[in-house]
Amino acid sequence: MVSETEINDIANLADISIPKEELGTFTAQFNSILEYFDLLDAVEAGSPEDTGRYNIFREDIVEPSLDQDAVLSNPGSSEDEFIKGPRVM
Amino acid sequence: MNVIIGLEIHCQLSTKTKLFCGCSTDYRDEGPNTHVCPVCLGLPGAMPRLNRGTVDYALRVAKALNLTVLDESVFSRKNYFYPDLPKGYQITMYDKPLAERGWLEIEADDGTPKRIGITRIHLEEDPGRLVHKTGRDRAGYSLIDYNRSGIPLIEIVTDPDLRSPKEARRFLNKLRATLEYLSVFDGEREGAIRVDANISLEGHNRVECKNISSYKGVEKALTFEITRQKNLIRRGVHIVRETRHFQEGRGITTSSRSKEEENDYRYFPEPDLLPLRVADWVEGIVLPELPDARRERFLRQYDISENHARTLTGDIRIAEFYEAVALAGAQLAATWVADTLLGELAYRSMQIDRIPADHFANLITLLTEGRITDRAGVEVLRHLLDACREGREPEMPVDIVARENLGKAEGDEFADIVASVVRANPDAVADYVSGKEGALNFLVGMAMKETRGRADPKDLNRRIRTHIEEERG
Amino acid sequence: MAGTFTFDAPDRWNAFLYRQETVRYGDGALQGLPVAIKDNISTAGLPTTCGSRILEGYVPPYDAHVVTLLKAAGAGIVGKTNMDEFGMGTTTENSAYGPTANPADPGRVPGGSSGGSAAAVAGGLVPAALGSDTGGSIRCPAAFCGIVGLKPTYSRVSRYGLIAYSNTLEQIGPLAATVSDVSRVMAVIAGHDRRDSTSADRPYTHTPSAEIRGTRVGVPAEFFGEGVDDAVGERVRDAIAVLEHLGAEIVPCTMPSMAFALAAYYVTCTSEASSNLARFDGVRYGPAVDTKKQWHAAFRELRGDRFGKEVQRRIMLGTFALSAGYYGKYYAKAQVARKAVRDDFTRVLSDVDVIAGPTMPTTAWRLGEKSDPLSMYLSDILTVPANLAGVPAISVPCGTINGLPAGLQIIGRHFEDEQVVDVAYAYEQEVLR
Repeated sequence: MVSETEINDIANLADISIPKEELGTFTAQFNSILEYFDLLDAVEAGSPEDTGRYNIFREDIVEPSLDQDAVLSNPGSSEDEFIKGPRVM
Repeated sequence: MNVIIGLEIHCQLSTKTKLFCGCSTDYRDEGPNTHVCPVCLGLPGAMPRLNRGTVDYALRVAKALNLTVLDESVFSRKNYFYPDLPKGYQITMYDKPLAERGWLEIEADDGTPKRIGITRIHLEEDPGRLVHKTGRDRAGYSLIDYNRSGIPLIEIVTDPDLRSPKEARRFLNKLRATLEYLSVFDGEREGAIRVDANISLEGHNRVECKNISSYKGVEKALTFEITRQKNLIRRGVHIVRETRHFQEGRGITTSSRSKEEENDYRYFPEPDLLPLRVADWVEGIVLPELPDARRERFLRQYDISENHARTLTGDIRIAEFYEAVALAGAQLAATWVADTLLGELAYRSMQIDRIPADHFANLITLLTEGRITDRAGVEVLRHLLDACREGREPEMPVDIVARENLGKAEGDEFADIVASVVRANPDAVADYVSGKEGALNFLVGMAMKETRGRADPKDLNRRIRTHIEEERG
Repeated sequence: MAGTFTFDAPDRWNAFLYRQETVRYGDGALQGLPVAIKDNISTAGLPTTCGSRILEGYVPPYDAHVVTLLKAAGAGIVGKTNMDEFGMGTTTENSAYGPTANPADPGRVPGGSSGGSAAAVAGGLVPAALGSDTGGSIRCPAAFCGIVGLKPTYSRVSRYGLIAYSNTLEQIGPLAATVSDVSRVMAVIAGHDRRDSTSADRPYTHTPSAEIRGTRVGVPAEFFGEGVDDAVGERVRDAIAVLEHLGAEIVPCTMPSMAFALAAYYVTCTSEASSNLARFDGVRYGPAVDTKKQWHAAFRELRGDRFGKEVQRRIMLGTFALSAGYYGKYYAKAQVARKAVRDDFTRVLSDVDVIAGPTMPTTAWRLGEKSDPLSMYLSDILTVPANLAGVPAISVPCGTINGLPAGLQIIGRHFEDEQVVDVAYAYEQEVLR
């Protein structure tokens, strides 16, 4: 069982804000799903699948980049060819 | 109190393209966001493709640093949010790195050789570059250039074997030299190396210093941190295990104990990349001559001093330059490169590769043949460096000597100068005659001035004495 | 000959999120064939939102590999179809742009998450569409809408340009009214793509054959267990009897890993999703994040506001399943469980050629009928095993119950998509006759 406080911690890690009034329902549903996940406890420890596939490479050869116009057409805001982001300081 | 230091060093590998896409890594002189594609911009639906070159480069490093390459290496996602991180996670290696357990030999503080253990090396991608801004309304925001996003980094983690900031600095210098000898790294590129340092005083908690981005900064940050920790211990204050940020400009570390810094990175295997099995590639790698081997060879081949050999092999550009001019006179070239040229370059903030080796070799030839004095040699060198720095076509030293009349003064010209100096300074001559040897030095100095350094001071000394004795009959 | 056509059939089911009126097409195997594309597949110059408000206004600067292939084969891309936000749902009700209705009964859900693609085909708007299937998202709506949908073998179709929900589980695949059309589209989209490192070099050049005499068909008891509607079970058993009548040999079998397959599935897909969806922060694309705020607060606000509830729930579940102290209990354990599922398939499929059972435990339910997340998840129980194992699976209509379609699911060995296509084709041809 996770508490509402733990749900808030997870929300913090996931960078998602959950409105206070929805926290109760959210926590209850979350817990019933986690309870279902307990079915995995019946699985004995072991190792995951080895696909037997490995070493897929690309050669170190330059390929064209996107045009700067295309890069700057999607961001919500940009300034002087830079993409604008939130405050970090 | 013993100081215990371990380093985590991130170096940009100098492959042509990024770690997971074909964008060129050569973006230094171009505008922001010009070297990006769906992959390194983290556009929805784009998938990483591993650059074989980065694996080749990293394996060279693994071999040179005596590491064991793992049978299987796996890229993982390190999940955290930050505006410079385009996907909300960094692709790195976590529980299955590329290679483990190696060492690099450096000179300890007491001058003896010392092996510094390397815990592991792995590959990871660089995030973008952030610029902090303050708007007109004083609200801060950030500007992001993703050109750096996806640049291949090799992370090298050392064991806690370093015992002083100076040792740490020497380790980094040696590491840099080694990586450059391997042709996998260009230490001159801005931001090419970034260091996190773990530091503790024996018996106390460990502190991590992040964000160190220069060789000098490492020594500074560590020195500051040792002093800070010693002061706390002296005052009986408990050292908190924490992460601190180095502020390069102020030369201090500051605590970054905010909630957001304590992260749970939720590593899991990158599902869009397959594992690496490259342990058997190592056998086929032929390493170039590394700094220690080259130093030994220089000692044998050129018969130069231990100190010169160390200086000349400490940077591959200097070593290459030296070997290109050594034919003109190996020992003289060693002195002139190690003692004179490097200082003159540093004074001008110039790199050695700006100097044409054939010009410098010509200077050494003039010196070897005794056609110019050391002092004139320095003058010629300065002409040469200034021309290179100002982007002019440099003249050959032999031509500079002719134009500037810097050749050793010939017999007649000499005689005239000596005669006129003796004539103009009767008091000094009298002092000398009365047994004051110092007066002779004064006269030699005056004569040197007249010849503008083109004469050999010993030769002048002899000539002046002879002249005075001849005059006295 | 290359050209254009007009695409103006009215969309009464909200199947499309974006439509082109004048559609260009080229020469090739699918010359002039109108194809609808699920909105989580990148299309250069056409909005691609994944049914989410967090990608409102996003126009990819590149085509997904499958779109490049379709265009090169002459198909006309008519538009983008509705879906559960980021593929997270079983009904297409989780779209930020409103639910899609089931053409078989507009009061009911079309299934999901590729509900728009299925409705576009079932409603006669297009002969074929692309969907993506992470845990049944092609087969479920195909079954609910009464059409054919194929989830190819994992790695057989490039995922480059498919906006990732759960990378190790999902595949792009075709939906169409007939097995032949599904096969035609599959022949175009399958094959190696160097931009997808997990992509296999296994092209598909098959023409369906109705000859299935001697084919061994395994029928796992678990596919007819608790939660499977009796009427659905009956229709599917009838369908299996048809296969037997056509010369197939029916072999009862068991798949014990079904007990925990769904849990393993949801732990895996939510874990991967929590990481895949971290990139949606309003900086590089989509609606702008508030740059005046501190980054953490700004991201939280944007993601809290623009992701739908189900997406938030799955991101949170995955974040939890990967977090320190829980990784071993959830994520790592799910990977072990997944191997057990795969081993079950390997074991069963060493004895039989294909496995047959219902696609969905029930027929389509009414719009808005189910709201509890866990009971919604439980309805994926029969489709997720194929994703966990990476094997091919097809859903083909096998009659109706009270006018609502039911689907027969055929699951095969790795890279034997041809085999499941043939069994489905044989059944389809027989019942069409």
